[in-house]
Amino acid sequence: MPTRRRIHLAARRGFSVTRPPKSVALTLVTAMFLVYALVPIAWLVINSTKTQPDLFSTFGFSFGDSFALWDNLVATLTYDDGIFVRWLGNTLLYVVLGAGGATFLATLSGYGLAKYRFPGRKAYFAVVLGAVAVPGTALAVPTFLLFSQLGMTNTPWAIIVPSLISPFGLYLVWVYTVESVPTELLEAARLDGAGELRTFFTISVRLLAPAIVTVALFAVVATWNNYFLPLIMLSDPGWYPLTVGLNQWSAQASGVAAEPIFNLVVTGSLVTIVPIIAIFLFLQRFWQSGLSAGSVKQ
Amino acid sequence: MSTTVTLAAPRAGETAAVARPLRRRKREWQGWFFTWPFAVVFVFAFMAPLLYALWLSLFQNRLVGGNSFVGLGNYEAAFRDPAFWDGFGRVFGFLLVQVPLMLLLALVAALAIDSARLYATGLFRVVIFLPYAVPAVVAVLMWGFLYSDNFGLTAGINDWLGSDVLRPFAPSWVTVSIGNIVTWEYVGYNMVIFYSALRTIPAELYEAAELDGASSSQVIKAIKLPAARGAIVIATIFSIIGSFQLFNEPNVLKPLANNVISSHFTPNMYAYNLSFAGQQYNYSATVAIIMGVITAAIAYVVQIRGTRKEDR
Repeated sequence: MPTRRRIHLAARRGFSVTRPPKSVALTLVTAMFLVYALVPIAWLVINSTKTQPDLFSTFGFSFGDSFALWDNLVATLTYDDGIFVRWLGNTLLYVVLGAGGATFLATLSGYGLAKYRFPGRKAYFAVVLGAVAVPGTALAVPTFLLFSQLGMTNTPWAIIVPSLISPFGLYLVWVYTVESVPTELLEAARLDGAGELRTFFTISVRLLAPAIVTVALFAVVATWNNYFLPLIMLSDPGWYPLTVGLNQWSAQASGVAAEPIFNLVVTGSLVTIVPIIAIFLFLQRFWQSGLSAGSVKQ
Repeated sequence: MSTTVTLAAPRAGETAAVARPLRRRKREWQGWFFTWPFAVVFVFAFMAPLLYALWLSLFQNRLVGGNSFVGLGNYEAAFRDPAFWDGFGRVFGFLLVQVPLMLLLALVAALAIDSARLYATGLFRVVIFLPYAVPAVVAVLMWGFLYSDNFGLTAGINDWLGSDVLRPFAPSWVTVSIGNIVTWEYVGYNMVIFYSALRTIPAELYEAAELDGASSSQVIKAIKLPAARGAIVIATIFSIIGSFQLFNEPNVLKPLANNVISSHFTPNMYAYNLSFAGQQYNYSATVAIIMGVITAAIAYVVQIRGTRKEDR
């Protein structure tokens, strides 16, 4: 009914509040946000093609005298016996186990809290919601102190285990389950003799897919970009993720035995953001469909 | 785990009187099948460090005399510590200026994208959100290069203006420079939060407004902003938490900015440096706890006030 009325209105006037005419002026004003977002990234792309001398001597937003992107890439990947490749592998390890695990745990738990009444449920929920307000970085130093007592620092576990906790992800799945997994459907599956876990994996997970993708997206971004925790936990560069490694390369320019490798810092930064932006854009499509599905439902 | 359920089901059919409470009790505990893994990790990686930090903050480790219980002594020391308050004042000022500015920009962007009056709406939505995916370290390195005299943008602008107005690494400017980086990283993220809230407004409301002859500014004031209120409260809370926890940006910028950034530039940097440069673990834990409590308290107040306004 409402849709029909809207079409009717639009047909009569040509435009409506929900279908206003496009505005060039507004587009141009909003384009300033676009420029702001893209300027540093454009700088990074342009400057990853420059040699180190060109980096200092030529204007930031024009190309250098030589096109050295390929040389820079090779140098980045082979510098110091290919430590960058090691860092990339570490980052992938932390993302797969940390973000993957976080998504899995948040999904299971958010679903359990939404669909079951069990002893301790209210306390559970209150504690986890309280945890959303406790900032992760406030915990980093205490976590380090505890983990060093347990001998867990300087191992991958020191990064992976804290990454497994995503109170916000749990909350998101909880909200989404309440809205989009009908209890009648679960009851029907139970009557058919399906176990609770089987019902979860065959029915609920599909209904929850947009929420799971969203939680995974944020968890992947958070672990890929994690800096504070690995900085604290790891002393062996062999376990560094890309972020800590890049910062070490950048810091190499100052100090006593300064050996600036700015071209590698720039190219390494580009290599670091390309996969995450790609994942991001790829998941964004699912995620946007989840978003619009949510708004259609309302 | 599914076997317990199939076992329970036929038993319920046999003798209703005995089996029902049994079955119900099983069903009651089923929630834990799903929730225990999170709970275990949560206790280990969240509660335990928190309690351990509380415990540590009650002790002091001296070269002479070793480890001794000092009660709230570390907290007293922190409240009289100018280095702590210097960092605290800085993040508080940062929060008062940067957070409203960033959220206002994000709201403007969200309203513009939601207005359906832009060409290439999808492009705007994705690209403005994009910086969120860039690691803080890379964001700071990029902006650090742009800020520096040798490489980038500010040098170019200064040349063009024929002066040196822009000195991003000057002591009085460096907080603004960091504010710009943080805004760049998170304006798109907040835009998305606001935009998703605006998307949930039913079309009927707009049609009613149109029938009443409402202007677009009236629509924004009467329909869109109230609908986004919950999202604004959430975004404000997250931004407050982020500001109080400021660490990555100043810490990565520090070597680039010729050390105008002190070791206690923010409370979080202070806690970090106390632990790793000073070995003062007990005091470091104290600072972390004080900041955690203040952050949680302010987040709580914002939430209460935000929801109260919603009732009005």
